[in-house]
Amino acid sequence: MVKRENERIPVSQQAHIVDKPKDLTTIGGTISVQINEKKITVPLGTTILEACQLNQIHIPTLCHHPDLCIAGVCRVCVVDVEGMRTLQTACSFPITSPIKISTSTQMVRKARRHIIDLLLSEHYGECYSCFRNGNCELQNLAKEYGVDNYTFGHVETPRYEVDNSSAAVIRDMNKCVLCKRCVRTCIDLQEVGVLEAINRGHETHVGTFLDKPLADVVCINCGQCINRCPTAALRANDPSDEIWAAIDDPKKHVVIQTAPSPRAAIGEEFGIEPGKSFTGELNTALRRIGFDRVFDTNFTADLTIMEEGTELLTRLKKALVDKDQSVKLPQFTSCSPGWVKYIEHFYPEFLDYLSSAKSPQQMFGALIKTFYAQEAKIDPVDIITVALMPCAAKKFECNRPEMVDSGFKDVDYGLTTREMAKMIREAGIFLPEMPKSQFDDPFGDASGAGLIFGATGGVMEAALRTAYELVTGREVPFKNLIIEPCRGFEGVKQASVKLENCVEQYKFLEGVDLKFVVAHGTANAKIVMEMLKKGELNDVHFVEIMACPGGCLGGGGQPIPTSAEIRAKRAEAIYEEEASLPIRKSHENPHVNYIYEKFLTDGPCGKLSHKLLHTHYTKRGKYIS
Amino acid sequence: MLVLEKNALSEEIESLVNQFGKDRSALLQILQAIQRKHKHISDFAQQEVARMMDIHPVEVNSVISFYAFLYSVPKGRNIVRLCQTISCDMYGKEKIEEAVQRELGISFGETTKDKRITLEYTNCLGMCDQGPAMLVNEKVYTKLDPETAINILNAIK
Repeated sequence: MVKRENERIPVSQQAHIVDKPKDLTTIGGTISVQINEKKITVPLGTTILEACQLNQIHIPTLCHHPDLCIAGVCRVCVVDVEGMRTLQTACSFPITSPIKISTSTQMVRKARRHIIDLLLSEHYGECYSCFRNGNCELQNLAKEYGVDNYTFGHVETPRYEVDNSSAAVIRDMNKCVLCKRCVRTCIDLQEVGVLEAINRGHETHVGTFLDKPLADVVCINCGQCINRCPTAALRANDPSDEIWAAIDDPKKHVVIQTAPSPRAAIGEEFGIEPGKSFTGELNTALRRIGFDRVFDTNFTADLTIMEEGTELLTRLKKALVDKDQSVKLPQFTSCSPGWVKYIEHFYPEFLDYLSSAKSPQQMFGALIKTFYAQEAKIDPVDIITVALMPCAAKKFECNRPEMVDSGFKDVDYGLTTREMAKMIREAGIFLPEMPKSQFDDPFGDASGAGLIFGATGGVMEAALRTAYELVTGREVPFKNLIIEPCRGFEGVKQASVKLENCVEQYKFLEGVDLKFVVAHGTANAKIVMEMLKKGELNDVHFVEIMACPGGCLGGGGQPIPTSAEIRAKRAEAIYEEEASLPIRKSHENPHVNYIYEKFLTDGPCGKLSHKLLHTHYTKRGKYIS
Repeated sequence: MLVLEKNALSEEIESLVNQFGKDRSALLQILQAIQRKHKHISDFAQQEVARMMDIHPVEVNSVISFYAFLYSVPKGRNIVRLCQTISCDMYGKEKIEEAVQRELGISFGETTKDKRITLEYTNCLGMCDQGPAMLVNEKVYTKLDPETAINILNAIK
């Protein structure tokens, strides 16, 4: 990710940050240090923690996270530096002189155990019934450092009320150990700014503006805080009990759609290394759990491309041919519900720039309760639609009051990857050993273009493959259909494709340099929106924004932990799966063509598709009263 | 809050931001100025400060909740803070405590009904050699006895 200038590091730590020299061969570029009798050479400014990690010396950490700035607040990583009066935190100590470090002296071990004891004395530990049981960093630390009794006491009864006002994120401050990872995630990584430390001393707690419930503040439900919380103080709103009840009810026809990102990451929940997709295995597992039909969200991703692409071409035509000044360009994607809520809160005046197309999840919900119900001759009242998503915000999205275009609640439940893995385990299934199977008809297997929606730049790549071919009649001029400028994890990517020799219908686009911007993470979205405000995006046509770092594959519902490395592996898994598919362009998906022939007969952006597949947005604003 | 009041407050905050700058370190000066004039920093003022300084409202809220001398809820016109630290305590803080509570008919942490005085404790005022000490708004009174303390309270408007 791009290192941002405004990356905020606590003032108390700023004096300790030393920039690493660009050229390590200069005098003083590297420094020899001694860690536990071992001599090693590191670049100037390397922290003790980094130096230890490079040399396979384990240092426990809690408030440290690879995606976030250094805080040095939990003190778990203390080490002994010779000549220093007190123990030093390894994560925030840059090496600038040849020092001697000991990482496991008696003093260090004792201090760490005390620190963990102190953390536990504030933590309401109900480990058996906790959703992080077995995947809790505090639990692991307590085990690692042999905490055998609560030296400084233990919280026996909860002190705070659990905030379950939000449809997506539940906050249980009883389990908070004040590492402030969520604060740094919300303020620095996502720049939403919902959470911050409130009060002082022993009264400190992580709270919202005026301690309002999460549903009443500007939370965009991205769930990134959940992925970074070391304990269970933040968790997603889990609907699995309701889903089990629906499955057990013989009258209900329970249908699930699975998004590509959970399929690329769910293996991690079963102890598999990141970077392998379990699409086929998951289909079998879901059928064994009792879902009546398993559909591929990529189908509606393809549909999104058709709708959004058509909308873009219409806007371009209005702007270029009709010279209509009211047309808003660039068009922004609307697939990411976190991003949609972000723009509703922070840039409500720019809502017209957003594509009116629904996200693939909501399109599918509307289609299942209309088209599918009609084809399968099932009363939509009895259909329960579940969506497996990498996302916490999807839970909010499916509960939006406007998402009832089928006459029913389009998507009944949004389920995250973690909750799905829990359900699979509960059913006694070990996912990696399942045989593979296909998706159900009438939607069938989708194109690769829909699959890459999961990675940042994917929507853009998929849209370009279709739009370019529609306009020029030829494939995009990139080898193997891989549009390189869309790939990779740079914060804001900008590129263009020249449209030449257009077909008759799109002659007005002859010679146009189709410019696009791709951004991921709302901090980068803010950069893009500020560019738009300044008029720097006037010549850009299409902007893709995903609310989570890395796109959906780094979503708030994905397995914990997450880091840039894990996200890159998940992207690899997605791109690998994509390359092996026979159909890789949305408009070539036979099922998409079928639905436009049979059901949405007035074509993309037609009357029926406007009713079912498009939506409108709410100007929320950021003022809280 | 009336729209006119809101607009006036926004203008006032804007001039403060222009005066002290948009740097994060200017935040405390701006908050103190608002506090001095309005005796508290309202929800709206917090959000306006955040908007003009391009930070998040919750950060402003966090700073206000950290400092004991900044309030987010309205208090009395005058704030009387009695030192509760050990030297003043040994010099007879308790007697002053009892006297002022009896005189005003409120306990510490409360405001009189006419909004004239808010009673609070404070930690060390650095007047350990001249205790018991009391801070009335921005003025320190030392070597108090119950009678002088009550006279001081009665003198403030």
